[in-house]
Amino acid sequence: MKRNPQEALLSARGISRRAAVLGGLQLGVAGLLTARLAKLQLDGGQEFRLLAEENRINVRLIAPARGLIVDRNGVEIAGNEQIYRVSVIPDDAGDVEAVIAQLRGLIRLDEDRLAKARREMARSPSFVAVTLAERLTWEELSAVALNAPALPGITPEVGLSRVYPRHDDFAHVVGYVGRVSDRDLERDTTDDPLLRVPQFQIGKTGTEQAMEASLRGRAGSKRIEVNAAGRIMRELDREPGISGRDVVMSIDAGLQNFTQARLGSESASAVVIDCRNGDVMAAVSAPSFDPNLFVQGISQPDYDVLRENDHRPLHNKIVQGLYPPGSTFKMVTLLAALAAGEITPNETVWCGGSTRVSGRRFHCWKRGGHGHVALNESLRESCDVYYYELAQRTGIERMAAMARKLGLGIRHDLEMTSVSEGLIPDRAWKRKRRSEEWVVGDSLNASIGQGFVLASPLQLAVMTARLSSGLNVSPRLVRSIDGAAQPSGVQGTLDIPRSHLDLVRRAMYDVVNSPRGTAGRSKFDLSGVKWSGKTGTSQVRNITAAERARGVFRNEDLPWDRRDHALFVGYAPHDDPRYAVSVVVEHGGGGSKAAAPVARDIMLYALHGGVPPLEAYPSGQRGEAEERLGALRLAPVAPAGGGRTRA
Amino acid sequence: MSYLEYNVARTPSGLRKVLAMNWALTITVAAVAALGLLVLYSVAGGSMRPWAEAQMQRFALGLAAMFAVAMIPIWFWRNVSALFYALGLILLVLVEVIGSSGGGAQRWIDLGFMRLQPSELMKVTLVMMLAAYYDWLPPSKVSRPQWVLVPVLLILLPVALVVQQPDLGTSLLLLMGGGAVMFIAGVHWAYFATVVAAGVGLVTAVLKSKGTDWQILQDYQYRRIDTFLNPENDPLGAGYHITQSKIALGSGGLTGRGFMQGTQARLNFLPEKHTDFIFTTLAEDFGFAGSLSLLALYVLIVAFCVWTALKTKDRFASIVSLGVGVTFFLFFAVNMAMVMGLAPVVGVPLPLVSYGGSALLVLMVAFGLVQSAHVHRPRLPGEGQLLRR
Repeated sequence: MKRNPQEALLSARGISRRAAVLGGLQLGVAGLLTARLAKLQLDGGQEFRLLAEENRINVRLIAPARGLIVDRNGVEIAGNEQIYRVSVIPDDAGDVEAVIAQLRGLIRLDEDRLAKARREMARSPSFVAVTLAERLTWEELSAVALNAPALPGITPEVGLSRVYPRHDDFAHVVGYVGRVSDRDLERDTTDDPLLRVPQFQIGKTGTEQAMEASLRGRAGSKRIEVNAAGRIMRELDREPGISGRDVVMSIDAGLQNFTQARLGSESASAVVIDCRNGDVMAAVSAPSFDPNLFVQGISQPDYDVLRENDHRPLHNKIVQGLYPPGSTFKMVTLLAALAAGEITPNETVWCGGSTRVSGRRFHCWKRGGHGHVALNESLRESCDVYYYELAQRTGIERMAAMARKLGLGIRHDLEMTSVSEGLIPDRAWKRKRRSEEWVVGDSLNASIGQGFVLASPLQLAVMTARLSSGLNVSPRLVRSIDGAAQPSGVQGTLDIPRSHLDLVRRAMYDVVNSPRGTAGRSKFDLSGVKWSGKTGTSQVRNITAAERARGVFRNEDLPWDRRDHALFVGYAPHDDPRYAVSVVVEHGGGGSKAAAPVARDIMLYALHGGVPPLEAYPSGQRGEAEERLGALRLAPVAPAGGGRTRA
Repeated sequence: MSYLEYNVARTPSGLRKVLAMNWALTITVAAVAALGLLVLYSVAGGSMRPWAEAQMQRFALGLAAMFAVAMIPIWFWRNVSALFYALGLILLVLVEVIGSSGGGAQRWIDLGFMRLQPSELMKVTLVMMLAAYYDWLPPSKVSRPQWVLVPVLLILLPVALVVQQPDLGTSLLLLMGGGAVMFIAGVHWAYFATVVAAGVGLVTAVLKSKGTDWQILQDYQYRRIDTFLNPENDPLGAGYHITQSKIALGSGGLTGRGFMQGTQARLNFLPEKHTDFIFTTLAEDFGFAGSLSLLALYVLIVAFCVWTALKTKDRFASIVSLGVGVTFFLFFAVNMAMVMGLAPVVGVPLPLVSYGGSALLVLMVAFGLVQSAHVHRPRLPGEGQLLRR
């Protein structure tokens, strides 16, 4: 294409014109910049030079003391301790390795820490201080300070670090703090300059993370004088900033400690809730770990031990552990059927050991069957066939609605990490998630808490608190923040008729207190106070035909990780519920044997406010109880008085 | 295309091309780069390491690149503009993919000897693409809405990708640079008036909406705006940079505190003292005299680009030359305005002076294009006597 000369000329002329306009604009901007330069440098020159001189005085941020976390009685769960550390500024040190060698003569240096420090030095600019050693003793620090002239670039520092005096007890609930990571900075929207202070710690998990905004506080500052080389000459003054706010948890440290000890090395979880206000009195996931390890930066071997343990100590089973609730779900099915008017208390169902629905056989746990079963016996003896019948009459939608009313399948808003929603299946869920239609067999499985149904120990405790008290209880983990009480967890009453709840509670009483109840061996009588509950055993998998052929019939013959989960939920006192408890022992076998005795000890401790008296146990079990309780290693619990480290 | 009307044989060939280059431009660019090395030497506390030495090598590489680009006829560059633009886009997408799979914001691709930032590359390829477009489009159609929409999309596509990274500074430069090229090409001024009016309206709306129910930005974003307007209110937080930077500038006075005597930079009061905030060190060491000299050299560089543009008479060549000039201008104007507290802090380096490879190389290639336009400009009879055989 040949452009005609006329057009080319026009184009050139147009461009020249536009270039002139643009050039003018650019010159204007350049003039503006010149004017600004003149204003700053010529007019303001003297004043700014003065400011620059003053800038010998450097302002540094001081991290505020993090808010304390205490239990309901003031026992310290998370506090602050003074730590001493030594850091080096490579610019000032010159030959860093020589200085490190000097330092090695004075204090012990951890090789791992040194390797980390060397990596950090390689990465960051050479004027940034890098920590060489942490948690020095006072003597070590003095040695460094004394020899300061021979150690160029080395500064001894005092700082605060988080400490968890209750060690393993609160690792999953309260969590721990750690250094600010790049990811933390990316997610941060507060622009808090504190996050950029080296060594600053923020909540990484649990309540420490959830309550970060309250616990952190506001930065203080100090003014220090530096000489021409940037070395600190002296500190002029400091403004301490605002400490973080103190958080009072609803948990009772004594009960928490007892529960942790009682669960021992089992892979298990237990929750105790106060039915009257939703306070979480204890929430334990076992086995646990020491959060102090994470604050100091856990070593790889230690971490590997925790990670490779098949009892998963790092996993928070309280709110993240999801289990088929097994027979503890039967109260839900029962209340749903009662609400729907599909069953009356005296109507009986025939249990012959199994029932046949749409071509599939569904078994009762008792092979021989229970015979004629009415409402009370059905729960007391945990007859599955009775609930298969209820499931067919009631249907999954009404059962699911009742489950949600009782706090299953919904997320409870707690100050913990990754609180799970659990799973209450219904038709819509199965269509969406599995692209399959709901079949009646699914309802049957759900009615005895198997199949798709999943609940966390926390949810089971909430369910128990709700159906025992008739109140709409939600769990509450934080009681108050800096003295400001948090709202109670109870919001009105459940819309379930009192008569229905009474039927269920009567049956739960019989589960524990009737000789024929599934938990008949786990009753107690603490000066007239008795309790009610329900056992549950949830299958991890069926025993296969091949295993039967090899002679494996009982759960105990299976390897540990294939055995059934043992569950128990209960409340006391039976006639005026105060506490609700749930216990899940992973692969523990049967609920009545593995979970109910644990729940009983925990409940007795909660009621008694200390290690339960032997008189509360049935006379034949006292020797055994004495031995069991005596073997527990409990930590002393004393409210923090003057021992508060605020520094 | 448009070159066919001229007698191409009049343009020099072989090594004569070197003599025909825009030497005024070459010399000013080298002068600015030398000044930059001096400042990098000062910032490092009187040491070639870690910055000055590496920067010197990169400048040498950039100079070679400029010469290489200059030797290749400008019409070749026009013909490959669209290809380069597409390549630039692909690299931008690629860096997005690599970056997101790597778990963090990554803006560069590792070439082994240097890290290439595709967003920097886009600054020159966008100018080339737009120039080629306007070279192809008959000037009479330039202001028709459908033909205005095309370049707008050509600009917004890379801008959207760069904003994603997120790199606000570069995307703003791309936006303004692209707009300037459209202006140069002769798009009716009413379009620009509308955009400016809409921009003013939007800014007003954003500021007015603060605290109301229909608040447009997040609270923390308003805090950043506040910090820009009143840095003194937050001297330890985000306002710190600006306050310290103004102190450094101001304390330079008329003649500066002397080479390597600035305390602000030496005592690490300045952030990013070797990259985005390097101007403060220069201003502190050399004062108003030094800063103004740098500004003058910059203006000269732009002027030499304009000179080439006006001499060449070819549409692509002159739009590219002007476009490179404007892009360069935006670079230093935005950086200086930011350092002096006239504009919010967005990451834009000081061209030819700040430490950094991608930006330097891309600029040198861009100047190579201007040189090529200069070397291969059509000559009228009697022009360039010296070069006749």
